[in-house]
Amino acid sequence: MTEHRPILTFIAHLTLILGIALVAFPIWVTFVAASHEAARMVQVPLPLLPGDQFFVNLREVFVNGIAGAGGIPVGLMMMNSLIVALMITFGKIAISLISAFAIVYFKFPFRMAFFWMIFITLMLPVEVRILPTFEVVANLGMLNSYWGLSIPLIASATATFLFRQVFLTMPDEMLEAARVDGAGPLRFFWDILLPLSRTNIAALFVIMFIYGWNQYLWPLLITTDRSMVTVVMGIKQMLEAAEQAPQWNLIMMTSLLAMLPPVAVVIAMQSLFVRGLTETEK
Amino acid sequence: MAQVLLSNVRKSYGDVEVIKGVDWQINDGEFVVIVGPSGCGKSTLLRMIAGLETISGGEISIKGTVVNKLEPSERDIAMVFQNYALYPHMSVYQNMAYGLKIKKIPKEEIEERVQKAAEILEIEDYLERSPRQLSGGQRQRVAMGRAIVRQPAVFLFDEPLSNLDAKLRVQMRLEIKKLQENLGITSVYVTHDQVEAMTLGHRLAVLNEGVVEQLGTPIEIYEKPQTVFVAGFIGSPSMNLINGKLDDEGNSIVLPEGGTVKLSKGKKQYKGQEITLGIRPEHVTLAKGKENGIEVKISVVEQLGADTLVHCTLGKGETKISDTGFVVRLSGIKTFEEGSFMSLNFADKHLHMFDAKTGKRIE
Ligand SMILES: Nc1ncnc2c1ncn2[C@@H]1O[C@H](COP(=O)(O)OP(=O)(O)OP(=O)(O)O)[C@@H](O)[C@H]1O
Ligand SMILES: [Mg+2]
Repeated sequence: MTEHRPILTFIAHLTLILGIALVAFPIWVTFVAASHEAARMVQVPLPLLPGDQFFVNLREVFVNGIAGAGGIPVGLMMMNSLIVALMITFGKIAISLISAFAIVYFKFPFRMAFFWMIFITLMLPVEVRILPTFEVVANLGMLNSYWGLSIPLIASATATFLFRQVFLTMPDEMLEAARVDGAGPLRFFWDILLPLSRTNIAALFVIMFIYGWNQYLWPLLITTDRSMVTVVMGIKQMLEAAEQAPQWNLIMMTSLLAMLPPVAVVIAMQSLFVRGLTETEK
Repeated sequence: MAQVLLSNVRKSYGDVEVIKGVDWQINDGEFVVIVGPSGCGKSTLLRMIAGLETISGGEISIKGTVVNKLEPSERDIAMVFQNYALYPHMSVYQNMAYGLKIKKIPKEEIEERVQKAAEILEIEDYLERSPRQLSGGQRQRVAMGRAIVRQPAVFLFDEPLSNLDAKLRVQMRLEIKKLQENLGITSVYVTHDQVEAMTLGHRLAVLNEGVVEQLGTPIEIYEKPQTVFVAGFIGSPSMNLINGKLDDEGNSIVLPEGGTVKLSKGKKQYKGQEITLGIRPEHVTLAKGKENGIEVKISVVEQLGADTLVHCTLGKGETKISDTGFVVRLSGIKTFEEGSFMSLNFADKHLHMFDAKTGKRIE
């Protein structure tokens, strides 16, 4: 595509700029709202330029939280969210790598049956199996714990399936060369399979981290303890509290904070992530 | 010493038997080439020796140890694969060192062995590169380097040159031959390339549908093929095989298309028998007079520069081309008119005769 037609270029840029504006505007509003006093945010018209209360608000939510919503510091919520999201992400990647490894490289009875069982669970998202899962977690005494928040979300058919496809593209001759070299299954896994799946792991890390970070229904269900609240849950509680005492500046500040870690992960993994989605050469 | 013994080795996939009882002995330091048509089981046989394929029956032993149940890494072999099978995420050095590292060989020795192999193969300059940054020929050298550093008892090669272009193949062929001579390591080499089959090994095994049709030196196999299959498979262009019948005295062969071939030594014991007559294109000569030879009709002439290949049909040309395509190879550039007739002589000493029914050689 090396055509130089000014009109086309203009239209292309216009579309892109409009698209970006569309996505960026709400974020701008959030940022502006987070930098004013609470009183300013209930006057019409709403401000479109930032105020001077940004750091005051930041300190307020981070340390004290919003009184009407239980006064849980957002710093704590972020910490909870981060721990849970990381546990889910690492758990998912580890489990799916291992199960895909078993399914692709080992011959055992009912291998395909296991594969299809995993595959079928794709059709059963958390919401569908939420009640039995709750019971299991409750019986195991994992309510109000990081384990309870993360373990039920760790099993992942999608990731298993993805790694299976990745492993299937590894040439047989390479496996055989490794066998001649004396690499047992575990060595083959560590020394060859893992490094070669690096980009796929990074891509999955980003997707799964965001998935874990955004969890709402499940944490809501199994946490009653204030100290286990996650950020996404926390925002929702703040919204409920807002009906009595609207503190939009603080809520928006919390939202802004909640957006940061996923953005950070995407930026950090960006180059690997893109390669993971596009690279085919092994 | 590093002998490889196969006794009645068999392999089946389900009901299909692909290796049907192979017996042979490969001596210490010997270079054996396995050749055969596609799907005849060459790779399967090699992979059974390597331990990458289970053995359905019989026994394989290396250096006097039965290895049927041993893992590839315990068999003291090294294998070079057709697609190189290098580890793409490791540098050339790491690729060569990987097996040694697993064997827990001390670092200094690994370094020494890799350096030495790299010198032999002239890849010292690439040690830090990744395989991606190498050409096909260089990758194949690395693959061989990985085999050499193991200092194995046996080298196994599965069509290692078939992905290279023609010129590089010639060069690598010579290098492999020299390398094997210098290192003196027992080697088994699978190929379907005629030239590699003829030139590389001390002995050649012709495999057909899981059976070793003949095992012998390349010259033996070229000069005295034991079956019609071997006769037709070895040599390029391949041997002309035509039907014929020994006359009632066994003194000459009568061709159904017309013409007879006189034998200087009669074959009394086979008189009247149907046979397959074989003569290589390079052994056919033009007859002096029309009467003395076998008449053929010229259909296509191919001038290769060094040689001229004349494709013809036997008899007066009534038979269709596909019936008895007959090739004559004459040295130098010769011109012929397509569609004209010529007369050929078959020198008696270059004739091969096979029983038409069993396909076995008749002496
Ligand atoms: N895993 C398998 N299951 C069933 N049949 C197989 C399997 N592997 C090989 N075969 C069959 O065994 C026969 C021999 O295969 P092999 O790969 O040894 O042939 P080859 O002589 O190396 O051929 P080529 O020159 O094409 O490489 C073939 O007919 C093939 O279809
Ligand atoms: Mg093969």
